[in-house]
Amino acid sequence: MSENFSERLAELPQYLSGHLLLSVSALILGIAISLPLGVLASRSHRTSGPLLATASLVQTVPSMALLALMVPLLGGTIGFLPAFAALTMYSVLPTLRNTVTGIVELDPAIVEAAHGVGMTNWQRLWRVELPLAAPVIVAGIRTATVWVVGTTTLSTPIGAPSLGNYIFAGLQTRNWMSVVFGCVFAAVLAIFLDQIIRLLEVALRERKRQLGLGALAVLLVVVAGGLFLPLIDLGAQSTRDAVTAQSKTESADKTTGRSLAGQTIVIGSKTFTEQYILSELIERRLVEEGAVVKTIQNMGSTILFDALRNNTIDLYVDYTGTIWTTIMERDEAIERTAMYIEVAHYLRNKHGILTIAPLGFQNAYSFAMRQDHAPSLGARSIADLKPHARELTVAGDPEFFARPEWASVRDTYGLGAITTIGMDSTFMYQAVRDRRVDLIGAYTTDGRIIAFDLVILDDPKAAFPPYDAIVLLSPEAQQNKALIKATAWFANLIHDDLMREANRRVDLDSQSPAQAADFLYRATNASNNCYLCPLRQ
Amino acid sequence: MKRRRRTKNPKSRPVLRVKRVSKIFADGGRAVSDVSFDAVEGELIVILGESGCGKTTTLKMINRLIDASNGSVEINGQNVSRIDPVHLRRTIGYVFQGIGLFSHMTVAENVGITPALLHWDEERIQIRVDELLAMVRLEPEKYRNRMPAELSGGQQQRVGFARALATSPSVILLDEPFGALDPITRDTLQHEFKHIQRSLNLTGVLVTHDVTEALLLADRILVMKSGTIVQFGTARDLVASPASLYVAELMDMPKRQMRQLESVVG
Repeated sequence: MSENFSERLAELPQYLSGHLLLSVSALILGIAISLPLGVLASRSHRTSGPLLATASLVQTVPSMALLALMVPLLGGTIGFLPAFAALTMYSVLPTLRNTVTGIVELDPAIVEAAHGVGMTNWQRLWRVELPLAAPVIVAGIRTATVWVVGTTTLSTPIGAPSLGNYIFAGLQTRNWMSVVFGCVFAAVLAIFLDQIIRLLEVALRERKRQLGLGALAVLLVVVAGGLFLPLIDLGAQSTRDAVTAQSKTESADKTTGRSLAGQTIVIGSKTFTEQYILSELIERRLVEEGAVVKTIQNMGSTILFDALRNNTIDLYVDYTGTIWTTIMERDEAIERTAMYIEVAHYLRNKHGILTIAPLGFQNAYSFAMRQDHAPSLGARSIADLKPHARELTVAGDPEFFARPEWASVRDTYGLGAITTIGMDSTFMYQAVRDRRVDLIGAYTTDGRIIAFDLVILDDPKAAFPPYDAIVLLSPEAQQNKALIKATAWFANLIHDDLMREANRRVDLDSQSPAQAADFLYRATNASNNCYLCPLRQ
Repeated sequence: MKRRRRTKNPKSRPVLRVKRVSKIFADGGRAVSDVSFDAVEGELIVILGESGCGKTTTLKMINRLIDASNGSVEINGQNVSRIDPVHLRRTIGYVFQGIGLFSHMTVAENVGITPALLHWDEERIQIRVDELLAMVRLEPEKYRNRMPAELSGGQQQRVGFARALATSPSVILLDEPFGALDPITRDTLQHEFKHIQRSLNLTGVLVTHDVTEALLLADRILVMKSGTIVQFGTARDLVASPASLYVAELMDMPKRQMRQLESVVG
């Protein structure tokens, strides 16, 4: 528990800083856009209508989708820029709407008085309208602040580190401390910024210069702090460093020369446990070769692929079945090795991406149910489910039911009558254990399959495509022979049981992904360098 | 084309001259038609009429809060349509119907707003503000830094008067300035206003629907109905020889009320 705490604390500078800078800069630009627009719109109904409608429309786009859409719109850029763009758009509406309302609803007598004493339009705006509408405008800015700080947690999947990293990683690895960390600090940040803005408004209205300068100073110190935060070591890096140091000394004699010395390699990972572990594992190996590794975790699947294709990241682990169905848009089931070869060819020819030999395990989708439930249905394979389809409920991650292989499985085995529920993968294993659903679309390497006494149903017609884990290198990264060699080191070394055990350690034993990666690292080291091993079945 | 410079002679020439102004709104509605009157220096003209008769529209055409559709307004011989409206309004005092103080500014800032817009230096503004507050009987030390919301209605309108007089305007316009006040305050303020207007020799136009107020304050009264002038003259003229039954009844109203009052009180 306390170790978990200190590890989370060690991540705080990076996440908090990312979050703070992202939210504050998006808010500043958002206000800089919406205030003048609001003033302009308040002058004529002809502009205010369409402007407010457009801003409202942006607001109705789910924030997660808006963030994700920015990536292709910005030509596949990931990280700060698309998150900044989406959050800025998101922050516009409350300020814009309140600026328009604040000005339009001023007492017309006051506006006439401003004209009457001889103010120009500009003076009327600055001396009368803005000061009088300020409380309403500031209320809008405060709403925008709370929204933006909250929504910034969703910029994690597009590669911008934020407090969302705590939440995404914590949900996937069942690390509730991590989730709480993310929520608490996001809330603290939102309240802090909200109160600073409130104080600034009070200072302006009541002309308390000292209060205003004080609040401004606190804000500046905090933002400046955000810039320097990542440089601070909260002293709890220790556990991880210790582990790294340990394996470093162990393998020091094995590595002759550091082939990647001084190079910076960017590794991407998706949003689930196995991906965290594998990115840590590869990072360990590359660091050993002298590379400076930057890991961008919790990225959306297709965002990751785009980032690799345009060299924003150097490498990540994907699965043949995922490429097959979502990128190549094929839906026929095909034999495992054949798929690997076709996928590798396709990636090379179409996108210039290099596929390193498979890691050795499959993380396929498959149906799992309780050990004691299966015999009562007489079910050994998916084919046995058809007569019971009408009474059965299957849970899967939301992506699962959107994938073409679900349609293929459903049609192959005649399961059209089955009830489906989408839920986060964190909860579905518990759901099937606790009899709230009958089946789940499980990941075959998930540690909870064994731990929860689940059984995986056979797939005699091979309707689920194979999902071999493969390391993919970007078009630029594959020019780097030393990098290819270093990553190929893991080829065929990680079999299903090993990966399942590593996942189990994180999901059920509350180990950190780094610790599980350490376990994997030792296990693969023990099995020797198997660079040219044949594909294991 | 070179504009002919007129020789200034305030005694013989009216300070304010309104010539055949009309206002037709965009929807075609005719608010004011063919209204003419003038005011010599130190004269207070009261425009008297029911609400909706066009009296406020007429007033606003003088400082161009509303632009006239036809006709012209001259101040000191200069056609106001040739003066930048912002500049024009800084030289004309205006007292608003709803008092119209800026609620986010102190009393001093409200009074000093037009001088500030004219970039007077701060010391000069301060001196002028104190002078004006004293004139409208608000002790400067006590009221200078108060916010409008802390004042009574009567005190607020005193500030309103002070603000209108800040730049010693050649003409002052008053849009039902006593309308929002209780009867006792109204009575006091009317007397004080008349006193100030006399002593400063102010030229002004005041709009009201209150016949007694018009009779008490006006040098000349302009009676309006449905956007047109019914009669223009001194109170004596209007009472002695009303131009129509409407004027006669209007002028008789205070007396009638007095008689009713006497019959009630006994």
